[in-house]
Amino acid sequence: MGRYLIRRGIISVITLIAISMIIYSILFLAPGDPLGELAANPNVSPEVRQRIRESYGLDDPLYQQYFKWAKAYFIDFDWGQSFTSRIPVKDYLMNRIGVTLSISGTAFLLGILIAIPVGVISAVKQYSWFDNIATTFAFIGYSIPTFFSGLLLILLFSVKLGWLPFIYNADVQSFWGTIKQSIMPITVLALFSSAQLTRYTRASMLETIGQDYVRTARAKGLKERLVIVAHAMRNALIPVITIIAMQVPGVVGGAIITEQIFLIPGIGSALIRAMQSKDIPVVMAITFGIAILVVVFNIIADILYALMDPRIKYS
Amino acid sequence: MSVTRNPSNTKGTPVEASPAAAEVSGQAAGSATRVTLASAEAARVRPQRSLWGNAWRQFRRHKLAMAGMIVFVFFVLACFIGPLVYTEAYFSPFKYPTSLGVASSESILNLQTGEEESKFFFFGTDSMGQDMLARIFFGGRVSLSVGIVAAFIAIGMGTAIGAAAGFYGGVVDSILMRITDLFISLPTLPLLLLITFLFRESIVNWADDVLGAGQLGTFILIVGVIAVLAWMPTARLVRASFLSMKEKEFVEAARSIGAREHTLILKHILPNVMSPIIVAATLEVGSAIITESSLSFLGLGFPYDVPTWGAMLYNAKDLLQFSPHEAVVPGTMIFLTVLSINFIGDGLRDALDPRKSH
Repeated sequence: MGRYLIRRGIISVITLIAISMIIYSILFLAPGDPLGELAANPNVSPEVRQRIRESYGLDDPLYQQYFKWAKAYFIDFDWGQSFTSRIPVKDYLMNRIGVTLSISGTAFLLGILIAIPVGVISAVKQYSWFDNIATTFAFIGYSIPTFFSGLLLILLFSVKLGWLPFIYNADVQSFWGTIKQSIMPITVLALFSSAQLTRYTRASMLETIGQDYVRTARAKGLKERLVIVAHAMRNALIPVITIIAMQVPGVVGGAIITEQIFLIPGIGSALIRAMQSKDIPVVMAITFGIAILVVVFNIIADILYALMDPRIKYS
Repeated sequence: MSVTRNPSNTKGTPVEASPAAAEVSGQAAGSATRVTLASAEAARVRPQRSLWGNAWRQFRRHKLAMAGMIVFVFFVLACFIGPLVYTEAYFSPFKYPTSLGVASSESILNLQTGEEESKFFFFGTDSMGQDMLARIFFGGRVSLSVGIVAAFIAIGMGTAIGAAAGFYGGVVDSILMRITDLFISLPTLPLLLLITFLFRESIVNWADDVLGAGQLGTFILIVGVIAVLAWMPTARLVRASFLSMKEKEFVEAARSIGAREHTLILKHILPNVMSPIIVAATLEVGSAIITESSLSFLGLGFPYDVPTWGAMLYNAKDLLQFSPHEAVVPGTMIFLTVLSINFIGDGLRDALDPRKSH
């Protein structure tokens, strides 16, 4: 296990370096001069402009610029300053990550809490009315894009009924106010993640229930409840838990659209805003941050699998 | 095994096989042989059916999949043939509608000529007095084409890479799989947004110069980016299938009579791993449509004068109070399209599953 972890760690670091190179190259190859505005300004003479370019190293070859950036980024942990808000990127993101985590994190947990029992019951009572309703709901939740379900909720609860506020207001301090404005975004995200997880849980549970050892457990006279919970569910949930771990980075990614619908001032809407205002340091930090999450949670998923399933041996 | 034979059993089964799946297929193999014997007897009394004929028979039994198929085909035909019959302009700005709603008679004031016209609109008009039905048709053409073309490219790439990795093994395999792993770790949505945002303008200019149609550039860019970030699961799937198939006796037999490598890959192995590829391709169409709509919804897809379904939602999201139908109509189209594609995929998975008796 230890050796496996070390190898996985090394591969992950290499993967992350490669990802940073890809993202950096995309930004480097993108058309448009970072000093575009300066070039258009008639008061700046060509010599001055050239000197500014040299001081930023803009004429250096790609690899030199990359190494300079990588050193600042990974070794000095200097993520630069946001172009638009003029504060360090780290502070800028720290201000915003709380909202994203509270909304998307709650939605994700809620999704898990709904999906696992629903998926298990659905599989145990296959073809019952409960199963039919649950699978239909899962199918709809899986097929409806979050931007449409979000708009539908706004239409129903804000426009028609007037119960909930249209958009998220970060200045609202009261507990009840925060709850009210969080209901819709959380519902949208929870519906989506629980739909996927319900399908996985049901499928995994169905496979497990058909196994011989479950029949054995029944045959030796155990109560049905014990057979399902202690024998079938424990094993059926192993792949489900790894999928949950792998979905964690998607929580931040999925927030991009939801935050845009409800105008939540979180990481996702920060990314869109940064792109529109060409705020490269912020774009880089968020994109790369999500990449790190993906790689880290992939390792966590593998470790969880190894811990829970003794049949799997890593070498 | 009676459970697995029911056509609607795998309703909730995701594409990715979980580790326990191997054991289940092991059990199924036993019953499959029994079934073959039974069907061999049956073949004496009724004419033989082809593999695809069998799959089609199985597919037809899946009611939701058939419903999805009908809806999807209807949408495709409507969007591609509809505008030939219904020749209303999809883009004609500078108009002012006096009322907004679905299936209503409205009078539209043309702000450029000062003329006023009264007409019946099936889906109503948008806030600029443009015919929604015409926009839905045109937007559907774009959205559906993006979905289908992107899925086709993604699945093609995935199949090629997976086949090469699985067939040749060794160094080729490890290089290709490391690349696949790398791509899987990429943050998909941010990168999609980033690339379309950074390169959209210049590729439109390029397409304007070279192809004479700027928005074709946007189409190529979006389709390309979606495909490049979506081929990996197929590559893994195809590789795994190739790994197990190339050890089979029939491949050995073909090899021993001197079949060349590309014959082995294309003629002998590929047809046997087509089922999961077809299912993946179907589902990929749906997810590519969602991805394109998401891009357009964030204002990073096609521009305003190209009304894709996602772009129509983008325009409508700030007008929810005044003209909700502007969001509901294109949103419902996306939802129904994706839902029907997912049902088709589900039905195909059941129909093409070799574990099931036909």
